[in-house]
Amino acid sequence: MQFGILSALVWLPIAGGVAVLALGDRRIVAGRWVALLVALATLALSLPLLAGFDRGTAEFQFVEHLPWLPAFNSWYHLGVDGISLPLIVLSAFMTVPVVIAGWSVISVRPAQYYAAFLIMEGLMIGVFAAIDGLLFYFFWEAMLIPMFLIIGVWGGPRRVYATIKFFLYTFLGSVLMLVALIYLYVQGGDYSLRALQDLPLTLGEQRWIFLAFLAAFAVKVPMVPVHTWLPDAHVEAPTGGSVILAAILLKMGGYGFLRFSLPIAPDASRELDWLMILLSLVAIVYISLIALVQTDMKKLVAYSSVAHMGFVTLGSFIAWDIAQSTGAYSGAAMGLDGAMVQMVSHGLISGALFLCVGVMYDRVHSREIAAYGGVINTMPKFAGFMVLFAFANAGVPGTSGFVGEFLVIIASYKANFWYALLTATMLITGAAYTLWLIKRVLYGPVANEQVAKMPDLNVRELLVLGMLAVSVLLLGIWPAPLLDIMHSSIHHLVEQMTTSKLPL
Amino acid sequence: MTRNLLIAIPLLPLIAALIAGLAGRRIGRAASAGVTILAVGVSCALSLEVVRQLFFAGAPAVDISVYTWLISDGIRFQVGFLVDRLTGLMMAVVTFVSFCVHVYTIGYMRDDDGFQRFFSYISLFTFSMLMLVMSNNFMQLFFGWEAVGVVSYLLIGFWYTRPSAIHANLKAFVVNRIGDFGFVLGIAGVVYFTHSLDYADAFALAPAIAGAQLPLGADTVVPALTLICICLFVGAMGKSAQVPLHVWLPDSMEGPTPISALIHAATMVTAGIFMVARMSPLFEYSDAALSVVLVIGATTALFMGFLGIVQNDIKRVIAYSTLSQLGYMTVALGASAYSAAIFHLMTHAFFKALLFLAAGSVIIAMHHEQDMRRMGGLAKYMPITAVTCWIGALALIGTPFFSGFFSKDALIEAVGESQRAGSTYAYWCVLAGTFVTALYTFRLLFMTFHGEERFHGHGGTPHESPWVVTLPLVALAIPSIVIGWLTIGPLLFGGAFGGSIFVLEANDVVGELGHEYHGPLGFVLHGLKGAPTWLALAGVLTAWYLYMKDTTLPGRIAARFAGLYRVLVNKYYFDWCNERIIAPFVRLVGRIFWKGGDQLLIDGVLVNGTARLIDWTAAKGRRIQTGYLYTYAFWMVIGLAALLGWFLIRG
Repeated sequence: MQFGILSALVWLPIAGGVAVLALGDRRIVAGRWVALLVALATLALSLPLLAGFDRGTAEFQFVEHLPWLPAFNSWYHLGVDGISLPLIVLSAFMTVPVVIAGWSVISVRPAQYYAAFLIMEGLMIGVFAAIDGLLFYFFWEAMLIPMFLIIGVWGGPRRVYATIKFFLYTFLGSVLMLVALIYLYVQGGDYSLRALQDLPLTLGEQRWIFLAFLAAFAVKVPMVPVHTWLPDAHVEAPTGGSVILAAILLKMGGYGFLRFSLPIAPDASRELDWLMILLSLVAIVYISLIALVQTDMKKLVAYSSVAHMGFVTLGSFIAWDIAQSTGAYSGAAMGLDGAMVQMVSHGLISGALFLCVGVMYDRVHSREIAAYGGVINTMPKFAGFMVLFAFANAGVPGTSGFVGEFLVIIASYKANFWYALLTATMLITGAAYTLWLIKRVLYGPVANEQVAKMPDLNVRELLVLGMLAVSVLLLGIWPAPLLDIMHSSIHHLVEQMTTSKLPL
Repeated sequence: MTRNLLIAIPLLPLIAALIAGLAGRRIGRAASAGVTILAVGVSCALSLEVVRQLFFAGAPAVDISVYTWLISDGIRFQVGFLVDRLTGLMMAVVTFVSFCVHVYTIGYMRDDDGFQRFFSYISLFTFSMLMLVMSNNFMQLFFGWEAVGVVSYLLIGFWYTRPSAIHANLKAFVVNRIGDFGFVLGIAGVVYFTHSLDYADAFALAPAIAGAQLPLGADTVVPALTLICICLFVGAMGKSAQVPLHVWLPDSMEGPTPISALIHAATMVTAGIFMVARMSPLFEYSDAALSVVLVIGATTALFMGFLGIVQNDIKRVIAYSTLSQLGYMTVALGASAYSAAIFHLMTHAFFKALLFLAAGSVIIAMHHEQDMRRMGGLAKYMPITAVTCWIGALALIGTPFFSGFFSKDALIEAVGESQRAGSTYAYWCVLAGTFVTALYTFRLLFMTFHGEERFHGHGGTPHESPWVVTLPLVALAIPSIVIGWLTIGPLLFGGAFGGSIFVLEANDVVGELGHEYHGPLGFVLHGLKGAPTWLALAGVLTAWYLYMKDTTLPGRIAARFAGLYRVLVNKYYFDWCNERIIAPFVRLVGRIFWKGGDQLLIDGVLVNGTARLIDWTAAKGRRIQTGYLYTYAFWMVIGLAALLGWFLIRG
């Protein structure tokens, strides 16, 4: 088999990154354009993927299968299904605003900055496209390096603490995942994803494997109580880093659950679903209340992210409670649909909110809410965008933020009334912390001289926020195409997770 | 009714809103106003055509799907329209009042920098409200429900530099979200039992759900339909401002007056009433839920009316009046008199919008002074405003022959007929409420238009507002007088709502009244003998004595009953409780979670604690590596001994 479109999506940005690096800081004008063109070309390349994707099957498509590490029977094996495709497109899409947003803002080592993001893009797409366990692990870990550099080099004053915390957390989790993957390989002699998923395992084995994967994925999502690295990382990361972190990196945790935990260890998932549901509900209630009292805009958005990702993990693990409550698995697919939509939507909205914070930070150099007030007077266009994203974050219908939350709330009602009740509190808390932020930052009279001098959006910023606004609205008004792409794969997943691997 | 006609009705205001909103600066003020007024005008005309077809040409109700929003787990979430007589009536009311308010806005917002933005918002509101009332499914209902909330938020905070306005809009949205929290659980409950979001499926299955139980715990179950209906009603309590979720509505008066008329009196706040009437096939099967509706409505009707008596801000008096009147409608819903509730909703939309716009006209003349203590004697300076305001007031208190008389009298009688738990309490509340209504309404009239002139120092004599302001007043005054006389027969007793409102035989209190109905004149004559009319007259006379005759008496009464007066002025301490106890408590919990949970327990003990533990172990461990050969030899011997011992024990 030949290299195909997926390889192009992985390696084109990486090659672009190397090219920008080679051009260096002295030819940064050319470098920036190369970076933008590569990001756009990658996005363009993802379109034939969308167009050619067969919605009627759960099989992997655009498959590439080449030898990689024959000694371990590990292959360069790429492919997409309805679960990975939206996330690949999201990765390709979100890199474009990040490149544009950094345009004239990054003055320190700009070539390396763009290179880091492009290489990162390729590796992220690699994570979602890999259907070989070891290859997945390779991309998964490799991706840490550019992110580590992005926070460590272009970050804020406490960047060293934040990077080390970020690295240790994610690395410790990932190592356990590697152990689990190796164990599975020893048992089955094959790293291919389908083989891993089909491998029969005892309940005891599944338990250990589930917990090992949980260590890796829970940190990434992040779930309570391993979430405290995220606010620190966001606060120190440059705007672009925060955007990618929130929009894509967090999704890898949710993706991991859908791709590995649920199908490989269905019985353990079933046994431990109470833990996942409990932690999800804690994330939604407890973290939302923490978000309410934040004084730093980035921390507020970061905590909001943790709470919103609670919908993803909740939607993924309520199938068995639904079966217990209704006697059937109808509704399980809705929970998973909601989880997936929530991931895509949160990618757009949190990315947009971090960009909004970045726009203000570039002007005033403060993330403190108290440093602002009445920004709408000097930046009316910007205020319009930020209010839109705030409503999206609060889950208002007509925006993408509503779709996933609505589906998860309806599905969780089928599992247990109390789940739905606790989940729906997000309607209140989400609106409270987001709109209170808006009130303090945007509204009111001009608070100080620095706010009075803030110029409104320039063309570059308008472009970036505009493309995100259009996507958030489009997905909110007509989500059917996204659900359509996911449909077959989600149903296949429901089948996998509800089919016991244990001998009867 | 063709599909395109129905799509055009909400879509035109949306397009106009986008034009005025996105290109408002470029096309200018006149064009922005023009395009939105044209769109809403056409939309109004088309709605009237729909009404004509439904009510006069006998066209059947239509239920069409416009597009599929998404399909998940076999359930189709769609955007679609159900246009029957209930919907048709709401469409006409919404677009007509909206049209009047659009025209009025030209005058009211003339000098405002946000002119185009304002037109964009009110057109967007019209779109959202139409989507709400025209929906044929719960998803779109929720969309419209939240969309009107968003526009209301934007409009209350329209003057975004005013601290009071941005406090009020945040409060309005969050309090409404508490209602929506219940609403979404109600919707999820419907989906749980029907596997569908469409009204038609839910209505068809209502009797079946009525017998079902929902498990809430290991051995607790609740009647499913009662839980669903109460959850839905919590949503209505938020949107239609019922106690205790009413606190946002008086504060919403921070918004410009035209939207107080359109959104916070005539249309949006009645969404909850409309919703419950629309859901009558569900509510009818739950007596318990309807009793809750009855009691909440009655409490709102009477106790919010009291607050209107002690307010001095002209808009706030009307706002408390709106709360009270929404309570009346809610009571009617609770008594299964849905058609009476919708009838009162319609008459109220006209006369309350009229009262607000008249108040706005006064506010223009007073240079944005809203305190009635600095008004008085305005009738001779602004006759059109005074006369139309009188008409609105007479309609509000239920003067015979005016529209409000028919709807309020029918409503009170229907409650009197009801046998439902709580109906006695409700009956006394609504009856006493007629006296209170007349008292605060005429207090407003007297303090504003009559008696001593107290507005000195405002610069120049006040004068009548321009025609764009007075014309909508006249346009609303006409239905405020005649609409009750004209429509009571068909709407209440002629079965004009057809199948769009469902009432069980045993609950049909309006039907009971119908047996004694012999035309509108007979209804008036019968009403003249009834208590409500006399109570209203007593209220008027009391107001006259207190605010025209012996104007020092109110102050003396307030001093005599200081404790009671303080309770009323502090609005029963709802705001105090929310702002001094609940909100600080929630923030405190958040701070405890943050500082105590995240920072101390997780980061401090677990994360950094682990790091310290490793540090400590390493420090201890380092001592072992002393660099002296004898220590290594010693530990080697110990280790060997341990290993040997282990093998021996095991072996």
